[in-house]
Amino acid sequence: MGKGRFLRYARLAIPTLAGTTLLSGCGRQFMVLDPSGPVGTRELHLILLSAGLMAVVIVPALVLFAWILVRYRDKPGNKARFAPNWAENRTLEVIWWGIPIVLIAVIGVFTAKDIYALTKPPEKNVQPLTIDVVSLDWKWLFLYPGQHIATVNYAEIPTGVPVQFVLTSDAPMNSFWVPALGGQVYTMPGMAMKLWLQADKDGDYYGHGANFTGAGFAKMQFDILSRPKADFDQWVTKVQSGTAKLTDAGYARLKKPSNVGEQSYAAFPSGLFNKIVTTDGGKYYTQMNMQDMPGMAN
Amino acid sequence: MSGLNAFLSHFFVTGDPLIYASDVLIVLVSLGIIVTLTYLKKWKWLWREWLTTVDHKRIAIMYLIAAILMLFRGGADAELLRTQLAVPNNSFLTAEHYDQIFTTHGTIMILFMAMPMMFALFNAAVPLQIGARDVAFPYLNAISFWLFFFGCLLFNLSFVIGGSPDGGWTSYPPLTELGFSPGPGENYYILGILISGLGSTATGINFMATILKMRAPGMTLMKLPLFCWSVLSSSIIILFAFPALTVALALLLLDRTMGTDFFTILHGGNPMQFVNLFWVWGHPEVYIVVLPAFGVYSEVVSTFSRKTVFGYKSMVFSLLAITVIGYLTWAHHFFTMGAGASVNTFFAISTMCVGIPTGVKMFNWLFTMFRGRIQFKLPMLWTLAFIPAFAIAGATGIMLAAAPADYQFHNSQFLVAHFHMALIGGVVFGYVAGMYYWWPKLFGFSLDERLGRWAFWLWQIGFYGCFGPQFALGFMGMTRRMYTYPANMGWNTLNLVSTCGAYLMGVAFLFIGAQIVYSILKGKRDVTGDPWDGRTLEWSIPSPPPLYNFAVIPTVQARDEWWRRKQSGEAAQRAAFPAEASLQPIHMPRNSSIPFLVGLSFFVGGFGTVFHWYGMSIVGGVGILLCLLARSLQENVDYYVPVDEIKRTEIHLREGVTHGLHV
Repeated sequence: MGKGRFLRYARLAIPTLAGTTLLSGCGRQFMVLDPSGPVGTRELHLILLSAGLMAVVIVPALVLFAWILVRYRDKPGNKARFAPNWAENRTLEVIWWGIPIVLIAVIGVFTAKDIYALTKPPEKNVQPLTIDVVSLDWKWLFLYPGQHIATVNYAEIPTGVPVQFVLTSDAPMNSFWVPALGGQVYTMPGMAMKLWLQADKDGDYYGHGANFTGAGFAKMQFDILSRPKADFDQWVTKVQSGTAKLTDAGYARLKKPSNVGEQSYAAFPSGLFNKIVTTDGGKYYTQMNMQDMPGMAN
Repeated sequence: MSGLNAFLSHFFVTGDPLIYASDVLIVLVSLGIIVTLTYLKKWKWLWREWLTTVDHKRIAIMYLIAAILMLFRGGADAELLRTQLAVPNNSFLTAEHYDQIFTTHGTIMILFMAMPMMFALFNAAVPLQIGARDVAFPYLNAISFWLFFFGCLLFNLSFVIGGSPDGGWTSYPPLTELGFSPGPGENYYILGILISGLGSTATGINFMATILKMRAPGMTLMKLPLFCWSVLSSSIIILFAFPALTVALALLLLDRTMGTDFFTILHGGNPMQFVNLFWVWGHPEVYIVVLPAFGVYSEVVSTFSRKTVFGYKSMVFSLLAITVIGYLTWAHHFFTMGAGASVNTFFAISTMCVGIPTGVKMFNWLFTMFRGRIQFKLPMLWTLAFIPAFAIAGATGIMLAAAPADYQFHNSQFLVAHFHMALIGGVVFGYVAGMYYWWPKLFGFSLDERLGRWAFWLWQIGFYGCFGPQFALGFMGMTRRMYTYPANMGWNTLNLVSTCGAYLMGVAFLFIGAQIVYSILKGKRDVTGDPWDGRTLEWSIPSPPPLYNFAVIPTVQARDEWWRRKQSGEAAQRAAFPAEASLQPIHMPRNSSIPFLVGLSFFVGGFGTVFHWYGMSIVGGVGILLCLLARSLQENVDYYVPVDEIKRTEIHLREGVTHGLHV
């Protein structure tokens, strides 16, 4: 096979391969592109807007690039105009200083709007649920301050209800990410961080720690199970009537580095989350971070 | 005896066949080098001509060799990582080993591959482009190299002695504090980077001074070649950014060795502060390495389009704009760490603003080619490949900068794909283009085009094959730094394709290696000194240039001074011989063994500190002080090259005979 033909095949093969692979997987697997709640949807809209506006610049530039390469190649008999000293054109330069400025102004405005919107509950007319989350080596502990139950590596939430996750870490800093519901926030020792998420459809949503925390990190997976309000209440009652209770000693055991499966606890020591945040010197930050944190009241 | 055994098995990394194989290879290669040098009686030559040199061209070559070796090491790491990820639930590597490999892959590629390759280009081109005889501080230049070299050696040693760092190349506490990383690996990371970082800071100062003070008469700043402008911008960033890294790592070292609590929550320390300091260096670092690549593109596009670069003033202004805006972006690395909405808004928009001058440069390069005559030589091929790759990197960069979108992209494979597109497509492509471009100037022969084209096309296919699928994997929720993943996520095919792409890039690297070896033996010797029909001053002297570069310092009248002379016919006179009456004795710095010994002392001290053997640290520290003292008392640090010798050298060079300089 000649070199030229090989290259032609290669140029054809890459987009085809990329295209088929992308299409074959289309559907539920592209969690970020197929969100199930208002937070993820808002973020997706911004992703699509920024990608679209970028395409406005990139696509013409690449077409121009290809055209220039063909037209001005150095081969005998090329009749295209050759102007070796042509190196200034104010109009052209104003155009390509101007267009990106306008585009970035547009993306900037939408970005700012979304940043502020995401600090508030996505649904204002529904009483929100609060869940305190602790990342440990290498598992996720969920505490329900209102329901007085706790779970490990999974959490049920009622569909259509905004959930405020209040996040901290009792291990290296991690990041709490449920791609189908919306973007992540870090869990950090000594701090309590806020993240609003909401599921509009019933379903099991994949979550994973997004910031590397050592050997067991790859298996730091959890599930967020969104269920109708009635089912959720039923589940809460069921867990409350269970026998396993999380004690201080049990928490100390849980804290030790390991990967574990899903667990449920009918109760947990009161003030546990607060204690975790302020432990090891976190008290230095209480003034800064813990105002208007409903999760801190447990 | 059992105590000794326990110590040795702790000291040397044991139990892994990959590491045993490396041990054997290291011993064999070292023996091979020692035997060869002894057999050829080259020890004295090595010491006199290379290890003690202060000549910027030789320092460039040493940086280049180190960078290519480290590209191999970092690349081998990448192949291992991708092999592990080729299929779900793979057990090729354990979690610990995978963590070590991605940590060393990132650190080596940024600090021990990109930085030295960049310094190789600085040293190879800057003094020649501005018509100078060396850099402003040649002796400091040698110290910088040896600090880099020994820092890099220390870092690499961790692989076989004590264990590699495994906290990620960003090394965030508290994961990297004693409580979670008690072994010596993290100490290697800190000390290796601290030592080489001192050298980098010094190089930044050196090249800033060189460009501002050593330009040939007539070369105003607005006549400075764009590569030199990019080096100046990069040096300014180095000067402001590297001290932040030094401070961050020094404080972390204090936490780990002296029991302080700068970055632990205990006693009011704060890990966030490390993250801030790290990225105050870390994001500008991206511009440190990419701006010189932009400089290379400007030179190459102009030369191989047979055209003056389009919009010179815009190009300079955009370089400086990136230099300044580059400092206002660091917080975008932690949009998701709970900064307030106003902080995130500021850093989102300031980050996007970097895209404006970068986009302008893209269009200026395009319009340099427009109405030109494009020659598809190797440096130009890599430059052309940069344009689509960096367009994708830039567009995805703006997408990441939109903070709420970043909440979804952060730490995902989408991010991994983005920054590899930027760093390979922007930086590596540029450095490879620069290497091809200035290779004949440094060595006096060209690199083989045919093997180079194979490398180029394999690399391109591998590059898109490797990182394209990772964008999709990010949308599918795959996180970075997972050593294994479940089979039911739909990630399998894309990961396999990505791994195949990585292998293709590995094969491409081997082609570049083969190209270098083949060209050393059979490459086309360059007797003109100007193989590309270049435009700037470095092409006005023979290749490789004599020790003193310019027999007579040129007087500059135009931006593309050498091109102007060729057009006006002045060049023909030069080619004959510099007018004898114009020759003056040339003032040059003497070689010195102290820079090598300073580096060695840092290495000894650093190694002692890694293992908390403070006696050894003190020995290293005393060594450093003795070197400083010796240099202070040295009086015989320079000499004059007499006119007779200049005459002999110039005649010799023009006979087309390879000069003894680079044998």
